[in-house]
Amino acid sequence: MIEDLLQSSPGLMNFGIFFLLAVVLLLVVLGFVTYAILAERKVLGYMQARHGPNQLGGKWGLLQTVADVLKLLLKEDVIPKAADRPLFILAPIIAFTPAFMVLATIPFTDKFQFADIGVGLLYYIAVSGMTVFGMVLGGWASNNKYALLGGMRAGAQMISYEIPLVMSVLGVILLTGSLNLSDIVLQQEHGWFILYQPIAFIVFFIASIAELNRTPFDLPESENELVAGYFVEYSGFRWAFFMLTEYVYMFAMSSLITVIFLGGWLPPLDVLGFIPGAVWFALKFSLVVFVYMWLRATLPRFRIDRLMEFAWKVLFPVALANIFLTALIKTLFF
Amino acid sequence: MIRTEEMLLNVGPQHPSTHGVFRLVVKIDGEIITEATPVIGYLHRGTEKLAENLQYTQIIPYTDRMDYLSAMTNNYVICHAVETMMGIQVPERADFLRVMAMELGRIASHLVAWGTYILDLGATSPFIYAFRDREMIINMLNELSGARLTFNYMRVGGVKWDAPEGWVDGVREFVPYLREQLKGYHNLVSGNEIFLDRVKGVGVYSKEDAINYSLSGPNLRSTGVKWDLRKDEPYSIYDRFDFNVVTRDEGDCLARYHVRLEEIEESLKILEQACEQFPAEGEIMAKVPKIIKAPKGEAFVRIESPRGEIGCYISSDGKKEPYRLKFRRPSFYNLQILPKLLVGENIANLIAILGAVDIVLGEVDG
Repeated sequence: MIEDLLQSSPGLMNFGIFFLLAVVLLLVVLGFVTYAILAERKVLGYMQARHGPNQLGGKWGLLQTVADVLKLLLKEDVIPKAADRPLFILAPIIAFTPAFMVLATIPFTDKFQFADIGVGLLYYIAVSGMTVFGMVLGGWASNNKYALLGGMRAGAQMISYEIPLVMSVLGVILLTGSLNLSDIVLQQEHGWFILYQPIAFIVFFIASIAELNRTPFDLPESENELVAGYFVEYSGFRWAFFMLTEYVYMFAMSSLITVIFLGGWLPPLDVLGFIPGAVWFALKFSLVVFVYMWLRATLPRFRIDRLMEFAWKVLFPVALANIFLTALIKTLFF
Repeated sequence: MIRTEEMLLNVGPQHPSTHGVFRLVVKIDGEIITEATPVIGYLHRGTEKLAENLQYTQIIPYTDRMDYLSAMTNNYVICHAVETMMGIQVPERADFLRVMAMELGRIASHLVAWGTYILDLGATSPFIYAFRDREMIINMLNELSGARLTFNYMRVGGVKWDAPEGWVDGVREFVPYLREQLKGYHNLVSGNEIFLDRVKGVGVYSKEDAINYSLSGPNLRSTGVKWDLRKDEPYSIYDRFDFNVVTRDEGDCLARYHVRLEEIEESLKILEQACEQFPAEGEIMAKVPKIIKAPKGEAFVRIESPRGEIGCYISSDGKKEPYRLKFRRPSFYNLQILPKLLVGENIANLIAILGAVDIVLGEVDG
């Protein structure tokens, strides 16, 4: 259906349909974020010998995040006197918009995808790179020293880690010969790329944690050093937007890993094909999200200088070597 | 040409990693510290001055609030000082109760130090595990004294309450439990590459520096100085127990981390032996006059608290209040090396170094 719409000539009708679908996706994503936060708190809770939220909304604290968001909405909107007002207001928007935009190219199943463009992977990486502007701007505009340090760390970290991230997927692109995400999934019918490209997967996964600013790479917001990093002056719904950005990116990045390395909506064995693709996608996706949470419960934080060394001296050469190796094997044996 | 500018940054008094209300004014160039000045006194309550108008027994609750993570040692040091002046012999059972309470307190304090240190480095789970096990100790001390943190348990001449029935068995069961947990702690943290990266070779000082700055406790022993008052100047009944003084030679944050964790094991050894030797019955209070009056003169005693040497100096003119009371508070002395250590480090190392010193602000500010 979407295929036909994409081919049809632009008009009010298909604009309306796309708009509605986008709203639906936004709601799905917001629903995910709501329950991802709850799930994270629950997972962390059980890993840390405590319960996590368990009061509001029945047995499992199902309405806890909803209540939290309502609280954030009702909070007084504080903008520091010394802050750069327009930039301060703009920063969360700049951070959030690309987070939602990247979702357009993710093929959730073979039928459910918004934009099946030829350079889907490139689009994802290019657009997601824009978020760092929001973070640096937020840190700068707050006119707070901790925020400034956090913003600078965010800038340095995200730009550095984008390079191994891109380099590692190049191995996959060499194998598929396509940047189209649906193509990449369809070529994994006889084996996921995590098996053919294990090094790329590891590099990509590590770099993705750094891109998501999650433990052990949560330096831009490291609570114990910089109090809260680039959003230290933000409160209320502006703050919620930064948090939302993070969780939407987690959603997007987990989807991307599922698509590139875990075979997207394809079942692991052909005999299990009777289970719909959406279920497989959700399962794999949840697994990736769980691993992110698990890491958060286990690991301490990197140090800023080590972080840069790790990106440039370890991940980057490994990713390059992987490209070389992949190219070599492909020319020699296929 | 890039021009950099030094920036003045106030770390604290309201900061998640200053362990209380400690303020550190640092000059930073980028993230590199060029100068660090600690500012203390936000929690100053004038314990020493207040004590001049209080009877000796009334001073004890004030000592609870100094080093609130191991209040038992503070209780002990003031009682010990007065007992020394008055020449009181403490009954054996009371001595055992005191030592067990102090060693439990030491374990609790080191557990907090361990948990919060890893929390400072960014991992949240170990903190909760440490507090879960500490909770068991707190419950035991609660059974003993009726309070969880500010025990006010010891008195001049003995202890206030006898151990409830089954208490010693509880301690006996706790020892193997914690040994098992410690293995888990080592598995979770001690070998972690990221953790080692953060602490190995960070905040190094030499043996000479440590002595010149009058450091004590794990901060001193991490440089290889074998100095523990429990062994070198045994007080109470510590000469009856077989335990080792833990030392490390590296003098970095990792060494201090290991010294603390191994001291927990040594304390467990002491507890184990104390449970075996615990006298079945006996007095818990020596014969002391109703109103305690230290004889004219002065005395200084020092004991080993989890943070180092805690000393108590009393000058008395024979009244029921001291003429002058002075505590040597180890956290205060341990803190003084900080400006020297911090120059040239970055903000992340600042937190790692400060956390490894393990200060308690109640004690720093007095």
